[in-house]
Amino acid sequence: MDTYVCGGCGWHYNGDTPFDKLPDDYTCPMCGTAKSLFKKVEG
Amino acid sequence: MAGALELKKGVYAVGALDPDLPEFDEALTPYGTTYNSYLVVDEQVTLIDFVRANFAAELLENIASIIGDRLIDNIIVNHCEPDHSGALPAIVKAYPAAQLYGTANAQKALAAYYPDSTYTFNVVGEGDKLDTGELTFHFIPMPMVHWPDSMSSYLPARKILFSNDALGQHIGSGERIDTEVAKEKLMDCAQNYYANIVMPWGMQVTKLLGQVAQIEVDMVCPSHGVVLTTFLPDIIAAYARWASGATDGHQVTIVYDSMWGSTAEIAEKLREEYEASKHHVNVFSLADTHYSVVIGDLIESRYIFVGSSTRYNHMLPSVAGFLSYLEGLKPKDRVGLAFGAYGWSGESVDDIAAALSSMGFEMKDPIKVQWRMAPEHN
Repeated sequence: MDTYVCGGCGWHYNGDTPFDKLPDDYTCPMCGTAKSLFKKVEG
Repeated sequence: MAGALELKKGVYAVGALDPDLPEFDEALTPYGTTYNSYLVVDEQVTLIDFVRANFAAELLENIASIIGDRLIDNIIVNHCEPDHSGALPAIVKAYPAAQLYGTANAQKALAAYYPDSTYTFNVVGEGDKLDTGELTFHFIPMPMVHWPDSMSSYLPARKILFSNDALGQHIGSGERIDTEVAKEKLMDCAQNYYANIVMPWGMQVTKLLGQVAQIEVDMVCPSHGVVLTTFLPDIIAAYARWASGATDGHQVTIVYDSMWGSTAEIAEKLREEYEASKHHVNVFSLADTHYSVVIGDLIESRYIFVGSSTRYNHMLPSVAGFLSYLEGLKPKDRVGLAFGAYGWSGESVDDIAAALSSMGFEMKDPIKVQWRMAPEHN
C-alpha cells in the first residue's frame, strides 16, 4: 500500500482515512507542514 | 555549580553547568555544555525549562537562592527532550501546585517519559499568552526546532526570547553571557551546534526567524550555552545563511578513512588539485576526527568528497557511520565525489557514490585505485 510521508519532519501518515480524502487544510500533527508537502512513497 | 545570575530585572538564569560532558546527541562537546533554565519573578513566579535529571538538586538550590520560600506558580516547558525535562519529577514534587504550559506534542511526550509524576498541564499554541502580573509571555511554537514539541517563549516587556534549542551553543566552559566569550569561539560553537543539531530543519528555522524579525528582542536566552546580547545580530545572520541551505562554491570538505595510506594519498591529491584552483580545502581522516567535527566544517561546503578503502567488499565502518550521520542531516545543494583504494574488489567507491547520490548530490567521476596510485600521479 502507498504511504505518505511528511516533507517537513518525515512522519508517516498511518490513519484510517485514505490520505487523498483528508481535508485540504490537513497539516502534519508533528510539525505542522501542509498536506501538499507530503510525499507519496510507493508501497 | 554555576549559581543563579540576574540577567534583567526579575529574570534569572538558574540552570546547570556540565563542563566535562564529552558528547551530546552524537556530537562532541569539547567545552561541555549547560542545561539552561530561567526563572522570571513577577506577581507570579515562572520557571522556563528544567535541566538534565542529574542536575535537579542544583536547579532547586538555584531557584531557592532567588525566591526562598515562595512557590513556583508556572512552568513553561519549551521542549521535552530529557536534557531539558529530566528534572521535571523533582521540580513538580517540590512545587506540586505549579501549572505547566507547553504544546500538545510536549504533553504527550512528558506523559510517556514521566508516568509517575503528577502535575497539571495546560496545552498552548500559536498566539496564546500567559499573564504573570506585570509581565506577559507569548508562546511561539517552533515544531522541529528541535523536536515536534519544541516552542519558544517571548517576554515583550523585557525584550527577551527564550529560544530553547534554537540559537544555542555547547559552551560549558563557565561563561554566562556572549560578551564573555571570544567572538570566534562563539561563532564556531554556534556553527557546530547548528550543523549537528538543527541542520535538517532549515525550512522551520527560516519560519522562526521570520517570526523573530517581527518582534523586539535584544536578549536571547537559549537552552544551551551563553545568553546572546551583543552578538545576537551576528548569530541571527549566520542562522539565516545556514537555514537557507546555500553553499559556498569555493569550499571543499574531504573526509576519508584509509587502511594503508593509499586512500589518504588520493585525498591529498584532491586537496592539491582544488587548492591549485583557489578553493578552500579541509581534509579530515575519520581515524582521528569525530564525524561531528567534519559536519561542523562542511555546513557551507559545496564540495563534499568521501573516500574509503575497501575492506572485505565493504567501505570501512567509520565511513559508513559518517554517511549515515550525514544522510540524517539532509545536506542540500552539494557536489560529491567518491574515492578509494582497494586490493582486489573495490566496492567501497561505488557504495559511497550510491549513498551520496541518494542524498541528492550531483556526482563527479569517482576515483578508484587498485593497491596504490602510480608515482606520476602521487
